[in-house]
Order: sequence, then structure tokens, then C-alpha cells
Amino acid sequence: MAESITFAPTDEQVLLASTIRELVDASTSMDRTRELSLTVDAFDTEAWEGLKQMGVVGLTMPYEVGGGGASLDDLGVVFEELGRRVVAVPLLSTTMAMTAIHASGSAAAADLLPALASGDAIGTLAVHEGPHGDPLQVPNTTAIEVDSGHALSGAKRFVTAGPLASTFVVSASLDGELALFIVHVDAEGVDVQAVSALDATRPLATVTFDGAEASLLAVGDEAREALSTALDIGVLAMAREQVGGASACLDMAVEYAKSRFQFGRAIGSFQAVKHMCADMLVAVEHARSVAVYGCRVEDPAERDIAVPLAKSVCSAAYLQAAGDNIQIHGGIGFTWEHDAHLYFKRAKSTSLLLGSVDAHRDRLADVLEL
Amino acid sequence: MTGVNAEQAKVTEAMDRLLADFPPDSVPPKEFWGAQFDAGLAWVDFEEGDGGLAVSPSFRAYVSRRLREAGAPTWNRSANIIGIGMGSGVLAAHGTPEQRQRWLRPMFTMDEIWCQLFSEPGAGSDVAALSTRAVRDGDEWVVNGQKVWTTLAHLASWGLLVTRTDPDLPKHRGLTYFVVDMHADGVECRPLYQITGEAEFNEVFFDDARIPDGNRIDEVGAGWRVSMTTLMNERVAIGGNTVPRGHGSIGQAVEAWKTHGDGNPATRRELARLWGEVEAMRLTTLRAVENMEAGTPGPEGSTGKLAWADLNKEVTAFTVDLMGLGGTTIPEGYTLEATSYETRETERVLSPQRAFLRARANSIEGGTSEIMRNILGERVLGLPGEPRVDKDLPWKEVPRG
Ligand SMILES: Cc1cc2nc3c(=O)[nH]c(=O)nc-3n(C[C@H](O)[C@H](O)[C@H](O)COP(=O)(O)OP(=O)(O)OC[C@H]3O[C@@H](n4cnc5c(N)ncnc54)[C@H](O)[C@@H]3O)c2cc1C
Repeated sequence: MAESITFAPTDEQVLLASTIRELVDASTSMDRTRELSLTVDAFDTEAWEGLKQMGVVGLTMPYEVGGGGASLDDLGVVFEELGRRVVAVPLLSTTMAMTAIHASGSAAAADLLPALASGDAIGTLAVHEGPHGDPLQVPNTTAIEVDSGHALSGAKRFVTAGPLASTFVVSASLDGELALFIVHVDAEGVDVQAVSALDATRPLATVTFDGAEASLLAVGDEAREALSTALDIGVLAMAREQVGGASACLDMAVEYAKSRFQFGRAIGSFQAVKHMCADMLVAVEHARSVAVYGCRVEDPAERDIAVPLAKSVCSAAYLQAAGDNIQIHGGIGFTWEHDAHLYFKRAKSTSLLLGSVDAHRDRLADVLEL
Repeated sequence: MTGVNAEQAKVTEAMDRLLADFPPDSVPPKEFWGAQFDAGLAWVDFEEGDGGLAVSPSFRAYVSRRLREAGAPTWNRSANIIGIGMGSGVLAAHGTPEQRQRWLRPMFTMDEIWCQLFSEPGAGSDVAALSTRAVRDGDEWVVNGQKVWTTLAHLASWGLLVTRTDPDLPKHRGLTYFVVDMHADGVECRPLYQITGEAEFNEVFFDDARIPDGNRIDEVGAGWRVSMTTLMNERVAIGGNTVPRGHGSIGQAVEAWKTHGDGNPATRRELARLWGEVEAMRLTTLRAVENMEAGTPGPEGSTGKLAWADLNKEVTAFTVDLMGLGGTTIPEGYTLEATSYETRETERVLSPQRAFLRARANSIEGGTSEIMRNILGERVLGLPGEPRVDKDLPWKEVPRG
């Protein structure tokens, strides 16, 4: 239960964090990320190559499929570091795809996971059909049985890493039940259209399926279970990313507040600025607590609380920190050349992805039986 | 055995023996606290004989946990918070062995209640500006002036008093710190009633009150240093409460939603937001305690007081809103009465309306939220301070009002 969780990182995690930080420093830069932000299929291939070589992509997958057998909390450390520098890599999407495949218990997992866990293949979930709606409900996309397996027809929108992915985990209706399928990008009848993303470092696509060849992963309760596990893991990993981003914003704001002088003094000596920083600090520390907590609890009932808690608290903290960071920087914070907008865009899009803040507050209210 | 293991063994053994010899369920609280003090488990990091075992302060959390699990009485800490939570640390850091000997045990057993005489009509946030004067007269000091907002002064045996002993020095340097006998001649205490009608605090007048020099804490002129120790202990004592999930004002909000809630989804969502914020704060406190125990305190240890003040105000206001017109009433009514330490407002369950009123003090007592933000900004984040017009002037030349 709640009380028995500890928060301090293990020695291995401290080491992991600094290794990832070094990797990020060596393989990419904010300038590179800014450049990638002008494209609709941003993919920092060098950073990804580094993560692959470290064996980090499949960190939480079992050894048998080439994973690292590590904990979600270890993965959280990676997300925090990547979030700190808004690195444009499809780790969140690939993690959720792997988690869904693994959780489905499908025999196909043994064939599918090694390429994803190694980072050679990029995976994602294709489970949204419109701007609203619950991905755990039976979707409009339909699957029918054909000789070779199944054929899918329908359109999925807001597919994260859609322009990059080779392996889609797609939800569809099979005889009126929710089912999950694997579809490969090069299958007949698959069309991927990149969409300009608010946070261009996490590209989006609309993916249409026109009788596309699909292999069944799970159906009914099993499908729902696998998908909800993947989404929850996604929320928790993303919460760590949000903490990394928010704390980077705080660092930037404080740094600037110390060095920018107006009226003959550092702007950080003005209370309006100082107090904004103090409030950011409170928000960041609270976010860190819930995000780490979420990645460490194992009891399912407790996780049901921790997931919407992490999503709502960390989103709010990141939005606050990223927004106030721009404000504290004044005009320069509003320029393309500055890093602040990369965080602000990431903050906004993460607050909307994987269930809005409001949706998660409602979910929390449900779990608490309010 | 390494140092830490040896210390752990020492604390465990003392604790086992205390609980075996003084079973908390059959021994009266005062007797238990006396035994706890004698066993060195009052403040486990203090010297032996001073209620401690001279081990690392990180063992405090272990002691609390064992006491809680054994169902031992621990309400002395909140009822005599100014003594046990603040005065003890002052005596440990700045007191003489005789002073510790004299005051620590009866403080812990609640035989003697303590109060804090810092704020004055002219010196609140800027406590270093205070003007209560102490003048030396042989082996004694003669004190004249007025303190205000002194919580529990009317019940207290002893007060932590800061005075001005040299008005010619800049304000931080001319201060001296004493422990004053609240029953001495020339010390007069009058209740001040707060917005709920209760008088937790008082005004205290000093009219040629005499304090023996033996009650001076630390050097003449070191009063500011000692005051800082006091305030640091205070902010930890106020912000660092680890309550079980869903207790306190958020529990009351949930309760009110269940009885008065109209099912409005926006209100429900707002309740979930508040619940989440409170839980995030609670988890942060647990994290702070863990880091403190491990000897690696971080910024998370400083955010509690500010976060709690803001949130408690929001949560209690939300609860009253839920009650509709019921929120226009107050079940307790208003009567002007001085508090007793067992039943102070902060110790008992208040109606939502009264809790809503009491919460206004959260962002004032123990340092206002504006001052807390200055402290987080300057001491934790390292932002520069504000230009000061008063810092180097002799205290008597500083403008006041
Ligand atoms: C319930 C309660 C119990 C208390 N118990 C005790 C006690 O036991 N012993 C004791 O000594 N005191 C006690 N106090 C007093 C408390 O510490 C002071 O009220 C507090 O420090 C504020 O001082 P003040 O009331 O003079 O307000 P002021 O300092 O006059 O503040 C007025 C307003 O100005 C703001 N302000 C002041 N300076 C600044 C600044 N530098 N930057 C930005 N804003 C600023 C404040 O935040 C506040 O909003 C208690 C107060 C309360 C409410």
C-alpha cells in the first residue's frame, strides 16, 4: 500500500540517469531538435541509435525477447532524461506498442517483440478515431476474417510516431467486440498521412486501412486489458517525461532570473518573478513525487489511483512551468530560436495525449467513488 | 558493526525495552513520556541525558514509526509544539548543559508548556526589527515592551523571547535571546480573540520584568542566530506532517461531497483535482522524510509549509461551497474563549465552516506565504534578495510604521 513505497533512486538508477544524459549530450542538441521541429516526421536517428546501442528501447521487456528485464521505474529514469531535453525519439509509442503486444499474451509476441525491443522496428498504438472518445470502447474500424487472417478497414487519427512506425497495434471491432491487431506499414491497403503536430518532436499521422492484412493479437476482455495496460504504462512513462521537462523549465527560468538585469537588478530579485519560480518549484516537487510513486506501485488497486493522479498532477505542473518559463524570459522566450517553446508545446500536447487532464480527474473520481 | 548498524542496534534496544517496561496501553501518558525521555527516545539525536542517544537524526523517523505502531501517546508533540518542536532544538543547538537539564524533561512530559515571543505590533514578517528592550542589571536583565500573537502564552510556563539589547547596531546584530518565566512579575498576558472567537494567541506585556542572566541563550547579540534556529524548526514542524491519505480537510471535503454533493460533474472534477493536489503534497512529505532519514535532504523538504497553506485554504473553501446555504451558518456559533492546549482549534475536528475560517491563518502563522516564497526563491533556488534599505543602518534610525 501507499505507505511502503520509497522514492529515492537506486544507485543503478543514478548511474542510468547520468549515462542517458551523456548519451543525449553526445548524440543530439537543442538546435537539432529545433530543426527537426520544422518537419512532420521528426526523428532524431542519432539519439535513437544511441538508445538502441545501450539496449534501452526494450528496457522493460523480458530477456527472452531481447529486452532488459528492468522495472517501469528504471524506464521512468530514461523518460525523465529524454524529457529534460525534449529529444525527438519514438520511445513512448514503441513502449506502448510493446506493452500491448506483451500484455495480450498472444503467441505472436515472440515473433514481434525482438525487433521492437532492439529498436530496429518502431511501433505505436493506432487506437483513436477522433479528437474525443475512449479508446477502450469498441471502435468504428472493423475487422473481418479472411483466408490469410483478418482484413481491417477504417481510419485512425492522432497516431503518435505514425509517420515513423513500421508496426501498428490497431484497435478494431471484430464481431462487435473490441479487438487488437498488428498491421505492418507496408501491408497492402495501409496509407499513412503525416499531420502537422503542435509538438513537432512527437509526430502524428492519420492512418487509413482499406482491407489491410492484419493479425489478431487479442479480442474482448483480453484486448481491453492489454490496451488499458499499455495506455497506463504510457501515462506513467509520460509523467516522468513531464517531470523531466518541467524541471528543465524551472532550471532555465531560475538561471535566467539570476542573469537578466533590469532596473539595475537581477529580475529574480523582483518578487513577481521570484514567487513564480517558488511556485514552480512546489509544482515540480509534487509532480516528481506522484510520477515516481506511479512507476513504483505494483498493487493494481493502487495503480488505478496512481495513473490518473500522475497524469493530472504532472500535466498541470508541466504546463505551469513551461508557461511561466516563457513569461520569465520575456520577448526572447517567445522566439523560435529559444528553447522555451519546445517545452511549452510538449507540455500542452502531453496534457492532451492519453486522456485529457479532465478525463483523468474523472477517472480518479470514479476510482475514489466520489 | 559499522557506525550506522551500531546506532540502529542501540535505538532498537532502547525502544524494545521502553515498550516492554512501560506498555503504552496501561501506563498513563505523562509517565510514558517521562520514561521515553529517560530512555533517550524523546529526541533520539540529542545527547544522552538530554532525552537522546546521540545517534543520527535520521533515527527520528524510526522512533516515530515504532511509537505509532505500538499505539504510544504522541500528542505531546503537537500540544506542546513550541517547546517540543522548536524550543528543544534551540536548547540543543545553543543551550548550556544546565539549561538542557532544567528544561527538556518537563517540556517533553508536558509538565511545562512553552510559547514563542517573537512577533510584535511593529515587527511581524520583519521580526528582526523588534523593539522589546532588555537592559542588563547585574546578574539580571530588565525587559520592557510588548509581544503579540503569542500562541498558548496564557498556558505557558516558559517563553522563547527575543529582545533588543543594542539599538545602536544594525537590526540583526543587536538582539539577544532568553527563556522567560511566564509567571514572573512584570509579565502580563491578555487573550487576543481570532476570527473564530477562540483565543489561541495573546498579547504579552513586559513591564520591568526581570530575567536571570542564566536564562540567556547563547551570547549577548546572538539573538538573530538563535531565532533562525527557532524558525527553521518551526517551518519543519508546521509543514512536515505525515497524515494518512484522505485525512484532514480533504477528508471533510469528500464527506461533504457525499452528503451534500449535487452530482455536478464539474464540481466532482474539481474535488478530484484537489484530492490529487493534496495527495501529491502528502507523497512529497513522505519523500522528504525518506531523504531526511537518508541524510540527503533536497528541495522537497522546504515546499510543505507553502503548499499546505494554499491548499488547505482552497480545500476548506470548496467544502463550504458544497454546503450551499448551509455554508452561511456556523454550528459552533461564536463565543469568545481562551483555548486549552488539548482542545485548541488545531487539535480538534472543526465544522467545515469553522475549518474554513481557521485556514486563513495557515498562510500567515509561522511566516506568511509571501515570505515563504521569498525563502524558497532565495535559499532553495538561489535567486538574489531584494535591495534592502535597512540592513546596515543602526536599528534606531530605521523608518517604522
Ligand atoms: C494563528 C497565529 C498564531 C501565531 N502564533 C505566533 C506565536 O506563537 N509567536 C509569534 O511570535 N508569532 C505568532 N504569530 C505571528 C506571525 O508569525 C505573524 O503574524 C507573521 O509573521 C506576519 O507578521 P504580521 O502579522 O506583522 O504581518 P506583516 O509582516 O505586517 O505582513 C502583512 C502583509 O505584508 C506582506 N509582507 C510583509 N513583508 C513582505 C515582504 N518582504 N515581501 C512580500 N510581502 C511581505 C505579508 O506577507 C502580509 O501579507 C501567529 C500568527 C497567527 C495568525
